[in-house]
Parts: sequence; C-alpha cells; structure tokens
Amino acid sequence: MTPLVSIQDVHKRFGETTVLSGMSLDVRKGEVICIIGPSGSGKSTLLRCVNALVRPERGRITVSGIEVTAPRLDPIALRRRVGMVFQQYNLFPHRTALQNVMMAPISVLKQERREVEARARALLAKVRLQGKEDSYPGELSGGQQQRVAIARSLCMQPEVMLFDEVTAALDPETVKEVLVTIRELAEEGMTCLLVTHEMGFAREVADHVYFTDRGVIVEHGPPAEFFTAPRDARTREFLGKLL
Amino acid sequence: MLSLVIGVAGAFAQGSRFAPLRWFVAGYVAFFRNTPPLVQMYFFFFALGAITPTVPDDIGMEVPLVSNFVWALVALSLFAGAFNVEIFRSGIEAVPRSTVEAAESLGYTRLGTYREVVLPLAFRVCLPSLNNNLVNLIKTTTLAYAIGVPEMLYVANQIWSDSLNVTEMMNVLLLLYIGLVSLLVWLMHRWERAMRMPGYGT
Ligand SMILES: Nc1ncnc2c1ncn2[C@@H]1O[C@H](COP(=O)(O)OP(=O)(O)O)[C@@H](O)[C@H]1O
Ligand SMILES: [Mg+2]
Repeated sequence: MTPLVSIQDVHKRFGETTVLSGMSLDVRKGEVICIIGPSGSGKSTLLRCVNALVRPERGRITVSGIEVTAPRLDPIALRRRVGMVFQQYNLFPHRTALQNVMMAPISVLKQERREVEARARALLAKVRLQGKEDSYPGELSGGQQQRVAIARSLCMQPEVMLFDEVTAALDPETVKEVLVTIRELAEEGMTCLLVTHEMGFAREVADHVYFTDRGVIVEHGPPAEFFTAPRDARTREFLGKLL
Repeated sequence: MLSLVIGVAGAFAQGSRFAPLRWFVAGYVAFFRNTPPLVQMYFFFFALGAITPTVPDDIGMEVPLVSNFVWALVALSLFAGAFNVEIFRSGIEAVPRSTVEAAESLGYTRLGTYREVVLPLAFRVCLPSLNNNLVNLIKTTTLAYAIGVPEMLYVANQIWSDSLNVTEMMNVLLLLYIGLVSLLVWLMHRWERAMRMPGYGT
C-alpha cells in the first residue's frame, strides 16, 4: 500500500542555517507517527513542509497522491486534506468558537452553511465543548482553545492531521484534556503526524516514533523498542534528560 | 468613504509580491503625506482641471467635464487615503504571522485570508487612529472653499456678506462642525463597540 504521506530526502535552509538535511519518513493511512527531538532540530519545519507552509529546496513530498513539492501546487487541494494544529492555537479572536470552526468549510470549500453548522456543532460536542459555541477565544482557557483549533481542522474533513507540540503551551491539568481528544481521534483511525514532548503519550499512542536532531532523523522504531532500547547515544541522552 | 477604500486597497497592495505596485503605493503615500492638502487641491483643480476636456451644458456654456466639487472630492480622498494606507499598514502588521498561517493552513488564499482574518483584526487595531484621521478629513473639507466648492464655510461666508451677521454665522458654523464631528465620533464608537472581541479587553 502506498503511504498516505511520503517524505523523501527533504532539505531546507533559511539563509545560512540548514534546518533539514535530508529527512525521510512515511505515514500510512490510519497510522500515528510521533516525532520527538530537541528544540531547533527542525521538527516544526518538517511538518510545515507537509502542508506547504514551507517549501523545501530539495526532496519530494506527496500527500494522498498530491505532489506537494511540485512547482505548481494547488494549495487548496492540499490543505483540505491536511489539517494542522499549532502550539499557540492560532484561533481567530474576532470570531466565536462555532464561527472559527465553520469559516473555512464555508468560504474555502463553498459548502452549504446548514450542513457545515451541524457538523461544526457535532465536532465541538465531540471535543467536549458543548455550551461554548458562542464563546470567543479570549474567553476560553488554553486547553479549550486548543480543542476548538482541533475541531476547526477536523471540520475540513482532512485525511491526515499534523499536530505541532499542541500541548507545549498548556498547563499540566489541561494537557490531559487535549491528549484525550487526540487519542480518541487516533483510535477512530485518523492518520496523525505529531511532534510532541509527551513521552508517555507517544509511547501509548504512536505506531512509530522518530527522533530528530540537527536536521536529520537519528533513529526510529516502534515505541516499545524505541523507548526501552534506544540505539543512538544522542537519543539516550535526550530521553535520559526527560526521565 | 473613498479614502477608506484607498486605505484598504493601498495597504493590500503594499503586501503584494509585485514590486512596482509597492513602489507606486509608497510614492503615492509619500507625495500626499508630505504636501499640504491645499496645494494638492489647487494642483488638481488648476493643473489637472485645465487639461481635462469641457462639455457644453444645457444653455450652451462650456463647463469642465470634471466639476470643482469632484476635484475637491478626489483631492481630499487621495489626501486622507494616503494616511489611511499607513494606518491600515500598521494595523495589518499588528496581526500575528501565526494567525495568518492558521488561515493559510485551512486553505485560505491570500485574498481570502486578508478579507476574513487580517482586515477584521487590523480594523480593530487601527480604529482609534482611523477615527482621528476622519475627524481631520471633516475639518479639511473647509479647504474646498479655496476652489469654490460650496462647503459650509463658503455658504456661511455668503450669508454673512449678505446680512452682516458675521458673529452669529461663525457660531452657527462652529456648532455645525462640532455636530458633524460628534456624529462621526459617535458612529465610530458604536462601530468600535460592535467589533469588540470579548476576552481581549479592547
Ligand atoms: N521562517 C524561518 N526563518 C528563519 N529561520 C527559521 C524559520 N523557521 C525556523 N527557523 C530556524 O530553523 C531551526 C529549526 O526550527 P524548527 O523547525 O522550529 O525546530 P523545532 O520545531 O524542532 O524546535 C531553528 O533554528 C529556527 O530558528
Ligand atoms: Mg517547533
């Protein structure tokens, strides 16, 4: 089976700094892939290459048959298939929770408002935000905002979700409510590519774990192996610091 | 109104990838910000007005195709528009890059992002300065007097020349301007309230 997301030998640099020097990884449909690694190692840049927020200089990325690295890419076709959730939630502060979720399907996908609204309400209920539909982002806690952001991405009915350290800005109590939401998604079969520092979570949920350092993938493997018997010294050092 | 449209369009053009368009807007802003509005109005009326064609009116007199009222409107709109471009630009720059990226990652085009996310947020940031500029614009309309547009000062002048009641007319005039500006300020305040974002203390 061809992978849903295929990243082959991707290189990226910003000016003088080389951020990615040849990363490759595949995500098959329904898989949950976790990427861990020290900050500055290029994890966010890699995720952003997948939905074309960043264009790599070299390498090839395909998502669900779409050639992301093609010179003439249709960004809408790509982005309706790829949802992305950020560390800082990035909700639209001038719109209510419900409006945040409904905006893109209506104005980008031109879907019918009634149908979108029903879906948006169901999604907000699913992320346990029933009753908060009319709240503005500024009136919600970090964890609640992040769950609105997840619902907003899901409302585009993507085939794969990218999560970039979505719990890093949250306080410990609210981390759990967001992780529960992501786990449920994973259990329903959503394909997920996530960058996280929550080792316990990665261990439980991931099908495969990648460790990155300075723009390369140092090692990868199934979580049981990866966490109990890391082969590379850098991985051991990194895991050692966290435990 | 026209000056608002110019402001929005100009600020959008300044973010364009097409360099000549950015230079054009920058030149426009520099020109209209750094010259007095009265000189601009004279320039439009006497310099450009002189080279525009005339048409015969219904009693056979040759009148300019573009009336002095329209010239005043154009000059004032361009003048206020130049300031609005700058005001909107600062508002747009205040919108976090990450919020724009969120819109892009949802499939919004640049124009769509601008319309549904950047502009509504930028508007909220720059409403106070916009408010100031529009109040200034109302006051600057008195300059249209200079090219014979019957704005309020001109009409008042006619009345006092006819009946020698300068003091009373000056009072009426001041009150009228206060009324007009207050009306604008009141409208802007209502607008500001309507655009409040709960939870952000603005
Ligand atoms: N748009 C950008 N312009 C310049 N440098 C960038 C940009 N984005 C990321 N970088 C640099 O790339 C490096 C890797 O960043 P990032 O991918 O965010 O790493 P991580 O997510 O692993 O912490 C950092 O040194 C960062 O400063
Ligand atoms: Mg990062």
